[in-house]
Amino acid sequence: MLDFPTWKKAWLWAITLIAALAALPSIFAASGYDWPQTLPDPEVNLGLDLAGGSHILLEAEPEQVAAQRLENMEESVRSLMANAEPRIRIGDVATNNGNLSFLLDDSSDLDRAREDLMPLVNGTGLIREWDLTVVDGQRVVLTPTQDGLETAVSQAMESATEVVRKRIDALGTREPTIIRQGDTRIVVQVPGLQDPDQLKDLLGQTAKLEFKLVDQNALPSNVAAGIAPPGSQIFPYVEDSPFAGTSLAVRRLGGIRGDNLTGASAGVSPQNNENVVNIQFDTQGGAKFAKLTTENVNRPFAIILDGEILSAPNINEPILGGGAQISGSFTAESANQLAISLRSGALPVDLTVIEERTVGPDLGADSIRKGLLALMIGSIAVIVLMIASYGRFGVYSTIALFFNVLMILGIMAVLNTTLTLPGIAGFVLTIGAAVDANVLINERIREERKRGRRVIAAVENGYKEASRAIYDANITNFIAGVLLFLFGSGPIRGFAVVLVVGLFTSVFTAVILTRMWVAGWLRKSRPNDLNI
Amino acid sequence: MKLLKLVPDDTNIKFLKVRWPFFIISVLLMIGSWGLVLTQGLNYGVDFAGGQEIRATFTQTEEAPIPELRETVSALPNVGDPVIQRFGAANEVSIRVKLPPEAESDPEYAAEMTRQITDALRDGHPDVRIDGVDSVSGKVSGEFREDAVLALLAAMLAVAIYIWIRFEWQFGAGALFALFHDVSITLGLFSLFQWEFSLQIIAAILAIIGYSLNDTIVVYDRIRENLKKYRKMHLPDLLNLSINETLARTVMTSLTLLVALLPLLFIGPESLFGLVIAITMGLFIGTYSSIYTAAPILIWLGVTSNSFVPEETEADKQERKARGQA
Repeated sequence: MLDFPTWKKAWLWAITLIAALAALPSIFAASGYDWPQTLPDPEVNLGLDLAGGSHILLEAEPEQVAAQRLENMEESVRSLMANAEPRIRIGDVATNNGNLSFLLDDSSDLDRAREDLMPLVNGTGLIREWDLTVVDGQRVVLTPTQDGLETAVSQAMESATEVVRKRIDALGTREPTIIRQGDTRIVVQVPGLQDPDQLKDLLGQTAKLEFKLVDQNALPSNVAAGIAPPGSQIFPYVEDSPFAGTSLAVRRLGGIRGDNLTGASAGVSPQNNENVVNIQFDTQGGAKFAKLTTENVNRPFAIILDGEILSAPNINEPILGGGAQISGSFTAESANQLAISLRSGALPVDLTVIEERTVGPDLGADSIRKGLLALMIGSIAVIVLMIASYGRFGVYSTIALFFNVLMILGIMAVLNTTLTLPGIAGFVLTIGAAVDANVLINERIREERKRGRRVIAAVENGYKEASRAIYDANITNFIAGVLLFLFGSGPIRGFAVVLVVGLFTSVFTAVILTRMWVAGWLRKSRPNDLNI
Repeated sequence: MKLLKLVPDDTNIKFLKVRWPFFIISVLLMIGSWGLVLTQGLNYGVDFAGGQEIRATFTQTEEAPIPELRETVSALPNVGDPVIQRFGAANEVSIRVKLPPEAESDPEYAAEMTRQITDALRDGHPDVRIDGVDSVSGKVSGEFREDAVLALLAAMLAVAIYIWIRFEWQFGAGALFALFHDVSITLGLFSLFQWEFSLQIIAAILAIIGYSLNDTIVVYDRIRENLKKYRKMHLPDLLNLSINETLARTVMTSLTLLVALLPLLFIGPESLFGLVIAITMGLFIGTYSSIYTAAPILIWLGVTSNSFVPEETEADKQERKARGQA
């Protein structure tokens, strides 16, 4: 037990020093010094509860993705059938219960229709995206597969995360953390942000921009009552519009979406000094826009943002340059915000804030200062008590504790984990475990001496007998820590991470390191008696 | 140098002589705790109840004008019945309001509510500083509740299984009961004093469980050792001996932790107060439960030395008989 060959000592020291050194950048940062830039700088992140900032949890409705997917499918099917050679005539296109169904005018077209639909049904990936069934030889029913839907939701969330990142970057905040959580959630954490309103407004805007033709045949009384003519949809005007409270019927299909933009910027219209957003389509979008405006001169089209009509200008002449100006009773701020949203792309799904936490930065800095002071006083008291009780062994224990704290910080820094308030509870518990391990060992050595064992045997037995309880206690807590990490949510995980790391280092420093030091001392000075 | 000894050598305190009264008190406390939790309930923070919490400090005022705040905030539209209480120092308050169901679908609702309340606070109190806002929807708070309960139960069960494997089933059951005891009494205290029960407190309860478990295992380890050593000893005496033998360690560890915790409690950040007070209480509850619930339960569950002595094989038996005849 007390035999430490040189190679073993070298390893133990190497592990200890590397882990402890990794803590230095964090300590430098906490005490306000700069860490040399040429050196690697793993750092423990401070949770928002300690450092101040905003935490926002966003959630998407997967049903929305499904609905959008169905709409796209309908459009694809219509254009596929219309462009087939010769054209396949279909009717009674209906979407209900998440299915798309249509009737072939001529049942002999079934095989051709099926063949044309195959690429859509099979999708581009490895999984089949839709199930195609035929009822009565003439009605084709397309049902989304579970796998296809899940992939679509997952892709939507991935691009939503990307869009969120772009928008937050546009705000110029420092070091935001944006991660997907679960199937339909995104966590956004921005340290140091005092007022999250702007951020929330920006993330709350889906920025789905659509240009759709106004259905001029709709009866105003029907529109007011919310009854749309076949093939049309009713949209309300936005709240800030002069037409707020009224609605328009627009053609459901054949519009353009503002997805293919190369740029968007806020500006002021030279004609009437109104705030506007200038957008620039890419080549493909520009061509579509030119076609739409050419074919519909002198008809009004509605500019729709997130399901609300911004304005419905008349198309006076074909717009061929690929650029357009959107007016819609903007303020300078809302025009700028829309420009940011459009530049970063539309969110493929609406995101709702379901949890929000903000901690003022003053509070964070104050907490850290007070916490460090309290820890310092506590540490000194512990050191005094340990050395007064166990003499030389107490000194070893204290040095081990010191390395223990450094190692926990160092490992957390390398693993890039975050220290939160609950994490501090974990810290307290592991330090407690380390202290207890030392106390157990030292008390046991004392006991073995009392029973009359010789020095070496007493130390050896002390470590051996105490280790059993130490390992059992730490493994038990370790198991608890792992389960807490697996099942718990945010704060509980913050606790569990520190606990799991800390139990390792506690056992390592309190049992293994001190034993190495005690063994070295015994070998060198061969004492006849122990002052313990 | 004369070293400090907190506990004299060879103590022989008859801890287990009074095991019945203490155990009955423990059980009564547990029943009382659950009674409180079930009738009076816990003062759930927004983490578990959903809603919105605004924390503010009156930087130039000694004591926050809580009654006045209660009046101004209650008068605001849609606020309902706000919970306004001290939070940490005397000039710090937390204001908690519930969010109506409409808030779930209207993203602006919660933000508007915050604006309303903070404006009302700043109005007439120029020294007020908003320290933080938490807004948790009912959906998320429900998940937090489920996760917390699930995590706690899973961890406790796994721990009991490990102890059962390393020791004996009686020890696993005893440790589980002691943990249940500690959690119950902590919950009872939170219910009695109506301290705010948040996710942070769950972290504190976890720390209490961890500490209590550590303590229980140290005592159990000594019992296991003594069961092997003194096979004929009367079980209550053996438990008493084990507790006495580990007494110096128990006192020393508890005291060391206490001197580390007290500065955190008195001069540490206010935000840590709830956490630290819970851990400090847990220190006492955990030590107590290791001695008065975890240990005596072994007597009632009938632990014997045989549990740790290897079964006598046929060969051993022959040998013993042969020796006996010789």
